[in-house]
Amino acid sequence: MGILDFLKRKPEPTAVVAKERLRIIVAQERSTRGAPDYLPLLRNELLEVIKKYVHVDLEAININVERDSGHEILELSVALPDHAQPKAG
Amino acid sequence: MTAEIIVVTSGKGGVGKTTTSASLATGLAMAGKKVAVIDFDVGLRNLDLIMGCERRVVYDFVNVVHGEATLKQALIKDKRYDSLYVLAASQTRDKDALTQEGVEKVLEDLGKEGFDYVVCDSPAGIEKGAHLAMYFADHAVVVVNPEVSSVRDSDRILGLLASKTRRAERGEGAIKQHLLLTRYNPVRVAVGEMLSVKDVEEILGINVVGVIPESENVLAASNAGVPVILDDNSLAGQAYGDTVARILGEERALRFLDAPKKGFFQRVFGG
Repeated sequence: MGILDFLKRKPEPTAVVAKERLRIIVAQERSTRGAPDYLPLLRNELLEVIKKYVHVDLEAININVERDSGHEILELSVALPDHAQPKAG
Repeated sequence: MTAEIIVVTSGKGGVGKTTTSASLATGLAMAGKKVAVIDFDVGLRNLDLIMGCERRVVYDFVNVVHGEATLKQALIKDKRYDSLYVLAASQTRDKDALTQEGVEKVLEDLGKEGFDYVVCDSPAGIEKGAHLAMYFADHAVVVVNPEVSSVRDSDRILGLLASKTRRAERGEGAIKQHLLLTRYNPVRVAVGEMLSVKDVEEILGINVVGVIPESENVLAASNAGVPVILDDNSLAGQAYGDTVARILGEERALRFLDAPKKGFFQRVFGG
Protein backbone atom coordinates (compact mmCIF):
# COMPACT_ATOMS: atom_id res chain seq x y z
CA MET A 1 0.00 0.00 0.00
CA GLY A 2 1.54 3.29 -1.08
CA ILE A 3 1.88 6.22 1.22
CA LEU A 4 -0.25 8.45 -1.03
CA ASP A 5 -3.09 5.96 -1.39
CA PHE A 6 -5.25 7.92 1.02
CA LEU A 7 -5.35 10.76 -1.49
CA LYS A 8 -7.03 8.61 -4.11
CA ARG A 9 -10.77 8.66 -4.24
CA LYS A 10 -12.22 5.47 -2.83
CA PRO A 11 -14.17 3.44 -5.37
CA GLU A 12 -17.90 3.31 -4.74
CA PRO A 13 -18.88 0.26 -2.69
CA THR A 14 -20.31 -2.42 -5.01
CA ALA A 15 -23.51 -2.62 -2.94
CA VAL A 16 -24.23 1.02 -3.81
CA VAL A 17 -23.75 0.26 -7.51
CA ALA A 18 -26.03 -2.79 -7.21
CA LYS A 19 -28.75 -0.79 -5.50
CA GLU A 20 -28.71 1.95 -8.11
CA ARG A 21 -28.82 -0.54 -11.01
CA LEU A 22 -31.68 -2.45 -9.39
CA ARG A 23 -33.61 0.72 -8.64
CA ILE A 24 -33.60 1.64 -12.32
CA ILE A 25 -34.31 -1.78 -13.83
CA VAL A 26 -37.05 -2.60 -11.32
CA ALA A 27 -38.80 0.73 -12.00
CA GLN A 28 -38.55 0.15 -15.74
CA GLU A 29 -39.89 -3.40 -15.53
CA ARG A 30 -42.74 -2.36 -13.28
CA SER A 31 -43.82 0.31 -15.73
CA THR A 32 -44.21 -2.24 -18.52
CA ARG A 33 -45.61 -5.05 -16.35
CA GLY A 34 -48.72 -6.64 -17.80
CA ALA A 35 -48.29 -4.53 -20.90
CA PRO A 36 -48.58 -6.03 -24.36
CA ASP A 37 -45.61 -8.13 -25.53
CA TYR A 38 -45.08 -5.96 -28.60
CA LEU A 39 -43.96 -2.92 -26.58
CA PRO A 40 -40.18 -3.53 -26.75
CA LEU A 41 -40.42 -4.09 -30.50
CA LEU A 42 -42.60 -1.01 -30.90
CA ARG A 43 -40.02 0.95 -28.95
CA ASN A 44 -37.21 -0.21 -31.24
CA GLU A 45 -39.12 0.52 -34.42
CA LEU A 46 -40.07 3.97 -33.15
CA LEU A 47 -36.42 4.59 -32.43
CA GLU A 48 -35.55 3.74 -36.03
CA VAL A 49 -38.13 6.22 -37.30
CA ILE A 50 -37.10 8.98 -34.90
CA LYS A 51 -33.43 8.42 -35.71
CA LYS A 52 -34.12 9.45 -39.27
CA TYR A 53 -34.75 12.94 -37.96
CA VAL A 54 -32.84 13.37 -34.69
CA HIS A 55 -30.12 11.53 -32.81
CA VAL A 56 -31.65 9.89 -29.75
CA ASP A 57 -30.81 6.80 -27.72
CA LEU A 58 -33.13 3.94 -26.89
CA GLU A 59 -33.17 5.19 -23.30
CA ALA A 60 -34.70 8.47 -24.44
CA ILE A 61 -37.89 6.69 -25.43
CA ASN A 62 -40.29 5.91 -22.65
CA ILE A 63 -43.38 3.82 -23.17
CA ASN A 64 -45.96 3.44 -20.45
CA VAL A 65 -49.24 1.65 -20.39
CA GLU A 66 -51.68 3.04 -17.86
CA ARG A 67 -54.93 1.42 -16.92
CA ASP A 68 -57.79 3.68 -16.06
CA SER A 69 -61.29 2.46 -15.28
CA GLY A 70 -61.91 0.22 -18.26
CA HIS A 71 -59.53 1.71 -20.80
CA GLU A 72 -55.81 1.66 -21.37
CA ILE A 73 -53.64 4.59 -22.32
CA LEU A 74 -50.42 4.07 -24.25
CA GLU A 75 -48.17 6.89 -23.16
CA LEU A 76 -45.12 7.67 -25.21
CA SER A 77 -42.45 10.21 -24.44
CA VAL A 78 -39.24 10.97 -26.30
CA ALA A 79 -36.60 13.07 -24.60
CA LEU A 80 -34.92 15.07 -27.34
CA PRO A 81 -31.26 16.00 -26.91
CA ASP A 82 -30.55 19.55 -25.69
CA HIS A 83 -29.75 20.88 -29.12
CA ALA A 84 -31.76 18.63 -31.35
CA GLN A 85 -30.02 18.83 -34.66
CA PRO A 86 -32.09 17.78 -37.58
CA LYS A 87 -30.28 15.32 -39.78
CA ALA A 88 -28.95 16.84 -42.90
CA GLY A 89 -30.44 15.56 -46.10
CA MET B 1 -63.03 -26.21 6.59
CA THR B 2 -60.29 -24.72 4.49
CA ALA B 3 -56.60 -24.61 5.17
CA GLU B 4 -54.51 -21.45 4.93
CA ILE B 5 -52.31 -21.88 1.90
CA ILE B 6 -48.79 -20.47 1.95
CA VAL B 7 -46.62 -20.57 -1.16
CA VAL B 8 -42.85 -20.35 -0.79
CA THR B 9 -41.53 -18.91 -4.04
CA SER B 10 -38.71 -16.81 -5.50
CA GLY B 11 -38.39 -16.97 -9.26
CA LYS B 12 -34.66 -17.58 -9.08
CA GLY B 13 -33.38 -21.02 -8.14
CA GLY B 14 -31.00 -21.85 -5.33
CA VAL B 15 -32.02 -19.03 -3.00
CA GLY B 16 -33.41 -21.27 -0.25
CA LYS B 17 -37.03 -22.05 -1.10
CA THR B 18 -36.95 -25.68 -0.04
CA THR B 19 -34.91 -24.92 3.09
CA THR B 20 -37.50 -22.27 3.93
CA SER B 21 -40.49 -24.50 3.15
CA ALA B 22 -39.12 -27.23 5.41
CA SER B 23 -38.41 -24.86 8.29
CA LEU B 24 -41.66 -22.94 7.91
CA ALA B 25 -43.76 -26.11 7.88
CA THR B 26 -41.86 -27.53 10.84
CA GLY B 27 -42.15 -24.24 12.75
CA LEU B 28 -45.92 -24.12 12.20
CA ALA B 29 -46.21 -27.70 13.42
CA MET B 30 -44.11 -26.80 16.49
CA ALA B 31 -46.69 -24.07 17.17
CA GLY B 32 -49.33 -26.79 17.34
CA LYS B 33 -50.75 -26.41 13.85
CA LYS B 34 -51.64 -29.29 11.57
CA VAL B 35 -49.47 -28.77 8.51
CA ALA B 36 -48.90 -30.36 5.12
CA VAL B 37 -45.92 -29.32 3.03
CA ILE B 38 -46.13 -30.08 -0.69
CA ASP B 39 -43.26 -30.28 -3.17
CA PHE B 40 -44.45 -28.75 -6.47
CA ASP B 41 -41.15 -29.37 -8.25
CA VAL B 42 -42.33 -32.29 -10.38
CA GLY B 43 -39.39 -34.20 -11.80
CA LEU B 44 -36.92 -32.66 -9.34
CA ARG B 45 -38.07 -33.90 -5.96
CA ASN B 46 -35.98 -32.50 -3.10
CA LEU B 47 -38.18 -31.50 -0.19
CA ASP B 48 -38.22 -35.14 1.00
CA LEU B 49 -34.42 -35.03 1.41
CA ILE B 50 -34.46 -31.76 3.35
CA MET B 51 -37.25 -33.11 5.58
CA GLY B 52 -35.38 -36.40 5.99
CA CYS B 53 -38.18 -38.67 4.75
CA GLU B 54 -36.78 -39.63 1.33
CA ARG B 55 -36.84 -43.36 2.00
CA ARG B 56 -40.46 -43.35 3.02
CA VAL B 57 -41.91 -41.95 -0.21
CA VAL B 58 -44.31 -44.49 -1.72
CA TYR B 59 -46.91 -42.34 -3.44
CA ASP B 60 -46.54 -38.74 -4.52
CA PHE B 61 -48.48 -35.59 -5.36
CA VAL B 62 -49.07 -36.59 -9.00
CA ASN B 63 -50.38 -40.02 -7.94
CA VAL B 64 -52.98 -38.25 -5.80
CA VAL B 65 -53.92 -35.77 -8.54
CA HIS B 66 -54.43 -38.71 -10.96
CA GLY B 67 -56.41 -40.76 -8.47
CA GLU B 68 -53.77 -43.51 -8.31
CA ALA B 69 -53.43 -43.10 -4.55
CA THR B 70 -55.49 -41.50 -1.82
CA LEU B 71 -54.28 -38.44 0.02
CA LYS B 72 -53.94 -40.53 3.18
CA GLN B 73 -51.68 -43.01 1.41
CA ALA B 74 -49.44 -40.32 -0.05
CA LEU B 75 -49.02 -38.07 3.00
CA ILE B 76 -45.81 -38.95 4.83
CA LYS B 77 -46.01 -38.35 8.55
CA ASP B 78 -43.02 -36.53 10.00
CA LYS B 79 -40.92 -38.51 12.47
CA ARG B 80 -40.60 -35.57 14.86
CA TYR B 81 -44.01 -33.90 14.84
CA ASP B 82 -47.31 -35.76 14.71
CA SER B 83 -49.15 -32.86 13.08
CA LEU B 84 -46.67 -32.48 10.20
CA TYR B 85 -46.98 -34.25 6.86
CA VAL B 86 -45.00 -34.20 3.62
CA LEU B 87 -46.41 -34.71 0.13
CA ALA B 88 -43.52 -35.50 -2.20
CA ALA B 89 -43.18 -34.46 -5.83
CA SER B 90 -43.17 -37.10 -8.50
CA GLN B 91 -39.74 -37.99 -9.86
CA THR B 92 -40.87 -39.63 -13.07
CA ARG B 93 -43.61 -37.50 -14.55
CA ASP B 94 -43.14 -34.25 -16.35
CA LYS B 95 -44.61 -31.02 -15.06
CA ASP B 96 -47.72 -31.29 -17.25
CA ALA B 97 -48.82 -34.05 -14.90
CA LEU B 98 -50.25 -31.41 -12.56
CA THR B 99 -53.51 -29.70 -13.46
CA GLN B 100 -55.17 -26.72 -11.88
CA GLU B 101 -58.31 -28.72 -11.06
CA GLY B 102 -56.21 -31.54 -9.59
CA VAL B 103 -54.25 -29.20 -7.36
CA GLU B 104 -57.42 -27.45 -6.25
CA LYS B 105 -58.98 -30.78 -5.28
CA VAL B 106 -55.96 -31.81 -3.20
CA LEU B 107 -55.88 -28.46 -1.37
CA GLU B 108 -59.63 -28.69 -0.68
CA ASP B 109 -59.30 -32.23 0.61
CA LEU B 110 -56.47 -31.18 2.94
CA GLY B 111 -58.80 -28.53 4.37
CA LYS B 112 -61.48 -31.18 4.91
CA GLU B 113 -58.92 -33.38 6.67
CA GLY B 114 -58.49 -30.62 9.24
CA PHE B 115 -55.18 -29.18 8.11
CA ASP B 116 -54.58 -25.63 9.35
CA TYR B 117 -51.80 -24.81 6.90
CA VAL B 118 -50.59 -26.09 3.56
CA VAL B 119 -47.09 -24.94 2.60
CA CYS B 120 -46.47 -25.11 -1.16
CA ASP B 121 -42.79 -25.38 -2.08
CA SER B 122 -42.64 -23.80 -5.53
CA PRO B 123 -40.18 -24.81 -8.25
CA ALA B 124 -37.87 -22.11 -9.60
CA GLY B 125 -38.96 -20.16 -12.63
CA ILE B 126 -42.35 -18.81 -13.62
CA GLU B 127 -43.57 -21.80 -15.62
CA LYS B 128 -46.56 -24.01 -14.93
CA GLY B 129 -45.32 -25.62 -11.71
CA ALA B 130 -44.55 -22.25 -10.14
CA HIS B 131 -47.86 -20.87 -11.36
CA LEU B 132 -49.81 -23.77 -9.84
CA ALA B 133 -47.91 -23.49 -6.55
CA MET B 134 -48.92 -19.84 -6.15
CA TYR B 135 -52.37 -19.86 -7.76
CA PHE B 136 -54.45 -20.87 -4.72
CA ALA B 137 -52.28 -19.19 -2.08
CA ASP B 138 -53.52 -16.94 0.72
CA HIS B 139 -49.98 -16.01 1.78
CA ALA B 140 -46.73 -15.90 -0.14
CA VAL B 141 -43.24 -16.07 1.28
CA VAL B 142 -40.93 -14.62 -1.35
CA VAL B 143 -37.39 -15.82 -0.67
CA VAL B 144 -34.71 -13.41 -1.82
CA ASN B 145 -30.91 -13.26 -1.54
CA PRO B 146 -29.12 -9.89 -1.25
CA GLU B 147 -27.88 -10.20 -4.80
CA VAL B 148 -28.95 -8.42 -8.01
CA SER B 149 -30.51 -11.25 -10.02
CA SER B 150 -32.45 -12.59 -7.05
CA VAL B 151 -33.84 -9.16 -6.15
CA ARG B 152 -34.93 -8.49 -9.73
CA ASP B 153 -36.60 -11.90 -10.04
CA SER B 154 -38.44 -11.47 -6.77
CA ASP B 155 -39.90 -8.19 -7.99
CA ARG B 156 -41.21 -10.08 -10.99
CA ILE B 157 -42.71 -12.72 -8.68
CA LEU B 158 -44.32 -10.04 -6.49
CA GLY B 159 -45.99 -8.70 -9.65
CA LEU B 160 -47.26 -12.15 -10.59
CA LEU B 161 -48.60 -12.73 -7.07
CA ALA B 162 -50.57 -9.52 -7.35
CA SER B 163 -52.17 -10.48 -10.67
CA LYS B 164 -51.97 -14.20 -11.47
CA THR B 165 -53.50 -15.79 -8.39
CA ARG B 166 -57.05 -16.89 -7.73
CA ARG B 167 -57.48 -14.19 -5.11
CA ALA B 168 -56.40 -11.52 -7.59
CA GLU B 169 -58.58 -12.91 -10.38
CA ARG B 170 -61.65 -13.10 -8.15
CA GLY B 171 -60.96 -9.73 -6.56
CA GLU B 172 -60.88 -11.35 -3.12
CA GLY B 173 -58.22 -9.03 -1.79
CA ALA B 174 -54.50 -9.18 -2.19
CA ILE B 175 -52.54 -12.24 -1.25
CA LYS B 176 -50.48 -11.51 1.87
CA GLN B 177 -46.88 -11.07 0.77
CA HIS B 178 -43.94 -11.79 3.07
CA LEU B 179 -40.40 -11.04 1.92
CA LEU B 180 -37.77 -13.31 3.44
CA LEU B 181 -34.14 -12.32 3.01
CA THR B 182 -31.83 -15.33 3.23
CA ARG B 183 -28.05 -15.90 3.02
CA TYR B 184 -27.51 -12.52 4.69
CA ASN B 185 -23.94 -11.74 5.60
CA PRO B 186 -23.73 -8.75 8.00
CA VAL B 187 -19.93 -8.57 7.70
CA ARG B 188 -20.10 -8.08 3.93
CA VAL B 189 -22.98 -5.63 4.30
CA ALA B 190 -20.90 -3.59 6.76
CA VAL B 191 -18.07 -3.17 4.24
CA GLY B 192 -20.41 -2.32 1.37
CA GLU B 193 -20.03 -5.60 -0.52
CA MET B 194 -23.60 -6.74 -0.08
CA LEU B 195 -27.04 -5.11 -0.31
CA SER B 196 -28.45 -4.37 3.14
CA VAL B 197 -31.91 -5.25 4.47
CA LYS B 198 -32.87 -1.61 4.02
CA ASP B 199 -31.59 -1.57 0.42
CA VAL B 200 -33.66 -4.61 -0.51
CA GLU B 201 -36.75 -3.25 1.25
CA GLU B 202 -36.39 0.07 -0.56
CA ILE B 203 -35.90 -1.46 -4.00
CA LEU B 204 -38.84 -3.83 -3.68
CA GLY B 205 -41.07 -1.49 -1.68
CA ILE B 206 -41.96 -4.16 0.88
CA ASN B 207 -40.68 -4.89 4.37
CA VAL B 208 -39.02 -8.16 5.26
CA VAL B 209 -40.75 -10.72 7.47
CA GLY B 210 -37.39 -12.15 8.44
CA VAL B 211 -33.68 -12.16 7.73
CA ILE B 212 -31.83 -15.48 7.77
CA PRO B 213 -28.09 -15.06 8.21
CA GLU B 214 -25.78 -17.05 5.98
CA SER B 215 -24.82 -20.02 8.10
CA GLU B 216 -22.84 -23.21 7.87
CA ASN B 217 -25.59 -24.87 9.84
CA VAL B 218 -27.97 -24.74 6.87
CA LEU B 219 -25.78 -27.14 4.89
CA ALA B 220 -25.24 -29.31 7.97
CA ALA B 221 -29.01 -29.47 8.49
CA SER B 222 -29.68 -30.48 4.90
CA ASN B 223 -26.88 -33.05 5.08
CA ALA B 224 -28.67 -34.60 8.04
CA GLY B 225 -32.23 -34.22 6.70
CA VAL B 226 -33.27 -32.11 9.68
CA PRO B 227 -34.96 -28.75 8.99
CA VAL B 228 -32.57 -26.05 10.23
CA ILE B 229 -35.27 -24.48 12.43
CA LEU B 230 -34.74 -27.47 14.75
CA ASP B 231 -31.11 -26.45 15.29
CA ASP B 232 -31.55 -24.13 18.28
CA ASN B 233 -27.84 -23.40 18.41
CA SER B 234 -27.67 -21.94 14.93
CA LEU B 235 -28.48 -18.32 14.17
CA ALA B 236 -30.27 -19.43 10.99
CA GLY B 237 -32.48 -21.78 13.00
CA GLN B 238 -33.33 -19.04 15.51
CA ALA B 239 -34.03 -16.56 12.70
CA TYR B 240 -36.44 -19.06 11.11
CA GLY B 241 -38.13 -19.45 14.50
CA ASP B 242 -38.63 -15.68 14.65
CA THR B 243 -39.93 -15.62 11.07
CA VAL B 244 -42.57 -18.28 11.72
CA ALA B 245 -43.71 -16.41 14.84
CA ARG B 246 -44.08 -13.22 12.79
CA ILE B 247 -46.08 -15.02 10.10
CA LEU B 248 -48.36 -16.22 12.91
CA GLY B 249 -48.85 -12.58 13.91
CA GLU B 250 -46.35 -12.18 16.72
CA GLU B 251 -44.22 -9.03 16.92
CA ARG B 252 -40.52 -9.82 17.10
CA ALA B 253 -37.56 -7.56 16.41
CA LEU B 254 -35.12 -8.59 13.68
CA ARG B 255 -31.93 -10.17 15.00
CA PHE B 256 -28.47 -10.99 13.68
CA LEU B 257 -28.28 -7.97 11.36
CA ASP B 258 -25.03 -6.59 12.72
CA ALA B 259 -21.52 -7.82 12.13
CA PRO B 260 -20.10 -9.34 15.29
CA LYS B 261 -17.89 -6.80 17.07
CA LYS B 262 -14.21 -7.56 16.82
CA GLY B 263 -12.52 -8.27 20.12
CA PHE B 264 -9.59 -6.21 21.39
CA PHE B 265 -6.94 -8.67 20.23
CA GLN B 266 -8.54 -9.03 16.79
CA ARG B 267 -8.51 -5.26 16.40
CA VAL B 268 -4.89 -4.95 17.45
CA PHE B 269 -3.46 -7.96 15.69
CA GLY B 270 -5.95 -8.31 12.84
CA GLY B 271 -7.78 -11.41 11.85
